[in-house]
Amino acid sequence: MFQYVLADLHIHTVLSPCAEVEMIPPLIIRRARELGLGLIGITDHNSAENVAAVIEAAQGSGITVLPGIEVQTREEVHVVTLFDTAQQALVWQMEVFNHLPNLKNNEDHFGAQFVVDASGEYIRRNERLLATSTDMSLEMVVAMVQDLGGLALPAHVDRPSFSLLANLGFVPPDLDLPAVEILCSSQESEVRQRFPQIRGFTMVSSGDAHRLSEMVARTIFKIAAPTVAELVLAMRGEDGRWVEIY
Amino acid sequence: MKLREVVSSLNLGVASASDTLDQTITGGYASDLLSCVMAKAQAGNIWVTLQAHVNIVAVASLLNLTGIIITEGSRLEEATIEKANEEHIPILTTPLPTFTVVSKLAALGIQGTD
Repeated sequence: MFQYVLADLHIHTVLSPCAEVEMIPPLIIRRARELGLGLIGITDHNSAENVAAVIEAAQGSGITVLPGIEVQTREEVHVVTLFDTAQQALVWQMEVFNHLPNLKNNEDHFGAQFVVDASGEYIRRNERLLATSTDMSLEMVVAMVQDLGGLALPAHVDRPSFSLLANLGFVPPDLDLPAVEILCSSQESEVRQRFPQIRGFTMVSSGDAHRLSEMVARTIFKIAAPTVAELVLAMRGEDGRWVEIY
Repeated sequence: MKLREVVSSLNLGVASASDTLDQTITGGYASDLLSCVMAKAQAGNIWVTLQAHVNIVAVASLLNLTGIIITEGSRLEEATIEKANEEHIPILTTPLPTFTVVSKLAALGIQGTD
């Protein structure tokens, strides 16, 4: 039995230094409901410390939250990584932290990094600099995430910075990616024209929201359940599943 | 100027394709964004970058660059070295930062494009 699910797989919370203070769990869920989203990905920069709070806030809403991290590779490529459970995301977070330089965040330059509970109440700050590169290569990130049962998608590939195409020119031929993410302001057909090197890839489009108004509902999945495995099947167009941007 | 002279003058490490150092350098280009390199670097250029990802080899090969200088002691991946040997692209290494390397290349008479 298939369902049609609107998804925004790339959303930041107040843990991301560049996100607005309104990006707290209950408001994210409320906005997701307004937009008709059935599936959201919570992906802060190099950390998953708020994913459990958003999962808790979503209980009873009918919205599925995939916990994740937007990892910055050593090539300064941003990669959206998503999992089914908070436990998986927290294991991945330990790996990411091990590969992140131990620098202190400068709130004046980057902004504060708040860890909050399901109601959005302040718990603590993460004092570590999250908005920087890990020393993991793109290949390492994709392989490790897939080993942990997760999904890795190069973020906003059509952006002039922090993107796979800007930084590395093209998708390394040996890299097994089910899809790539394009900007929420981009038309898929234009991106395919502008970047012939990714013409063969499935595309999804997410908001990369740092404020509530930036969340989007423009990617629709036909899947049997809102899980990572089903998303991958849809991205590969297998077993009757599909994904489209509209 | 021959690549070999640059290697010896800047005391560069040779990580791959050491049999290709007799090429003549026609000019230089520096950027860490491969999309910019693909658009701007000219055949015969030496390319200065701290990007050590395997894709640099394909870019250098595509554009017929004479070689790649990897700066700041950026860690090379095994796949990059392997690919560079296959494609006969010399990868040269240095602990110096990009600005310093470019200054030294300019002092040797290697010019960028306008």
